[in-house]
Amino acid sequence: MSETGGAKKPKKVQGIVHVDRERCKGCGFCVEFCPTRALDLDSTYNAKGYHPPVLARPDDCNGCDLCGLYCPDFSIHGVMIKTNVA
Amino acid sequence: MSQVDTNPVKEYLRMDRMPSIWCPGCGIGTSVNCFARALTQAKVDLKKTTVVSGIGCSGRVSGYLELDSFHTTHGRAIPFATGLKLANPELNVVVYSGEGDLAAIGGNHLIHAARRNIDLLVICVNNFTYGMTGGQVSPTSPGGATYSTAPYGQFETPFNLPHLADSCGAVYVARWTTFHVRQLTKSIREAFGKKGFRFIEVISPCPTLYQRRNKLGDGLDAMKFYKEASVLKNGADTRELDIGFQSPIIVGSFVNRDRPSFIEAMNKRFTSVFGESYKPYPEGPSKAVQGC
Amino acid sequence: MAADPSGVLTGQHYLDGNHAACEGALAAGCRFASGYPITPSTEVVERIAARLPRMGGMFIQMEDEIAASITLQGAVWAGKKALTVTSGPGFSLMMEHIGLAAMTECPCVYIDVQRGGPSTGLPTLPGQADMMQARWGSHGDYEIIALCPESPQECFSLTVEAFNLAEQWRVPVMLMMDECVGHMTERVVIPPADQIHVVDRRWTKKPPGEFKAFEPGPDMVPDMAKAGDGHHLFVTGLTHDERGYPVMNQKAQEKLVRRIVDKIRLNADKISRVEEDQIDGAEVVVISYGITSRVAMRAVQMARAKGIKVGTMRLIVAWPFPENRVRELASKVKAFVVPELNYGQMSLEVERVAAGKAPTVLVPHGGGEVHDPEVILEAIVQAARGAR
Repeated sequence: MSETGGAKKPKKVQGIVHVDRERCKGCGFCVEFCPTRALDLDSTYNAKGYHPPVLARPDDCNGCDLCGLYCPDFSIHGVMIKTNVA
Repeated sequence: MSQVDTNPVKEYLRMDRMPSIWCPGCGIGTSVNCFARALTQAKVDLKKTTVVSGIGCSGRVSGYLELDSFHTTHGRAIPFATGLKLANPELNVVVYSGEGDLAAIGGNHLIHAARRNIDLLVICVNNFTYGMTGGQVSPTSPGGATYSTAPYGQFETPFNLPHLADSCGAVYVARWTTFHVRQLTKSIREAFGKKGFRFIEVISPCPTLYQRRNKLGDGLDAMKFYKEASVLKNGADTRELDIGFQSPIIVGSFVNRDRPSFIEAMNKRFTSVFGESYKPYPEGPSKAVQGC
Repeated sequence: MAADPSGVLTGQHYLDGNHAACEGALAAGCRFASGYPITPSTEVVERIAARLPRMGGMFIQMEDEIAASITLQGAVWAGKKALTVTSGPGFSLMMEHIGLAAMTECPCVYIDVQRGGPSTGLPTLPGQADMMQARWGSHGDYEIIALCPESPQECFSLTVEAFNLAEQWRVPVMLMMDECVGHMTERVVIPPADQIHVVDRRWTKKPPGEFKAFEPGPDMVPDMAKAGDGHHLFVTGLTHDERGYPVMNQKAQEKLVRRIVDKIRLNADKISRVEEDQIDGAEVVVISYGITSRVAMRAVQMARAKGIKVGTMRLIVAWPFPENRVRELASKVKAFVVPELNYGQMSLEVERVAAGKAPTVLVPHGGGEVHDPEVILEAIVQAARGAR
């Protein structure tokens, strides 16, 4: 692809995370190491008394699944849902 | 709505056994995640893959994996795995256990399996303590750290596990922390592509015992520490991989060599002795996966 | 089914008990052995190390007996028949894994060529003082089967039997030899392969998903599968349910441990094997096993020459103990005489089962040599006199 046509628009990858709230133990690994800082710990509790993660900034999630790779309790994972060249 | 069913690691785990026994912020689950993803990426034959553990928190890994799982006695995962592998070389045998299990009570088996080059992948989760029994001093405990059985601080010289495995002849030796999820996954994948005794040390937080007793915060604090304190040195001399109390942690893939596995050496010897009349013992696949 | 001919050295041989035990193992289909050298058992693995490579088998000398005693279990779960061989000190080191084999119902064979103990004791000389250890040496409640050969011929045949019983009942089986039997050289006849009865593993016919690895059959014993068959086995030394999953409570403990104990206890009469001679009308019955039964036979002959009515019972299967038979005899005979190369082990069992109906006279011996038959004779004479 030639770049002579001007600045290339960044490729926008949209993702989403799936959270099994009840399996979460609230360690915060996913929130800390999310490369786009899309996650927060929820203010609500699960049944075991932990704060599971929530996708606080959905637009920022690119579905890279690093959260899934870090999660020691297999309770979150990310997936890409669509790719559009805006 | 539960989204459990879409989790890519689901097919590798016994989901009916979740949640795990591991504490919040423990890194063992993270290492299992990397292991499961390495299985996917490497397209390992799951039917032929079997995981053997000893005793302890990390010893519970085998039982959470939806593979043939053997949860054996304390320290003896390696000799059990040796029996599995030598009796059926088609099996891809992984030993997954902790440093207390593998390097203290099981230390003799570790060094001899490496010396013999038994075709096993050993994943050693090193959290510097005996977690399940309540935070006792372990063979990798760094000097100065305190433990329930070293209340005035550890003063023995700890094992440098990659150096130990290297000295004994392991064909693949690496160390990562649970912060290095992508590197660890790649390393496991790489190890699946080799034959012989392969050893991967995974430095992992123990928030409940090691971290708390030594005022090192929780699991997340440990992960942040690994991020800051880790120094990547692929191919580093394994003699230089000592870990002190909160010292820098050298990570990387250190050893990647080839030498005949136990069965290969045995077949070579017996063929030279018996000649044509010797029917070679099956050697199994040249590596656990294709295309690595 | 018949034995695999590749392992059967059919013919007449002049073998010591250790070599004969090796041939028994190979005839039974054993193709994996892990060992560690220890006097006076080493000749078994020496012969295995020479024989197995030529028949597609695998022998490995491990770094210690602890390793040897679990490596064979790995091989069993990979589908092989396997054994290890040791003597007193090594047998002590193997105890934890005998418990593991009992708990995981791993069919395997442990040979203990008994020497004088405790500790390093008398490495080159006989003893029979590991009999209680064979039964009770690992922690927790469990049952095993133990056999006691009295000759090289029986070292062959009972090793075959040990493998068969291990497969049938899914327990670790101990072959309790002694230094004398191990090093005694005699004629050993190995029959043709098709005349050797071999019990195959109880392979499940159920497909993955339906098979539960620890679901007992009508005889209380579960069928088995091996690693690599797609069953996703879960095998643990923890208390477990029928799937093999750990369950940490009293109910699961009761269900599992009761079954692994009862599968042997309730079938003891089927497993039990004794050799009896002139029991009918006997005043005194001499109960013995292993090398001591051969020495006792001399004493019995001398006693009979004196006109004493002596019967003999030789324990071929020592564990499970032939409780019902000894209990039955206790109300018929005047006394039991139990010579053994220890200061009282199987005699305790005789005494317990006789429950005061007939006295039990122990003829103790610390090991290092066999009894003087005169000493056993004296005990028989005294017992008969007391009985009159």
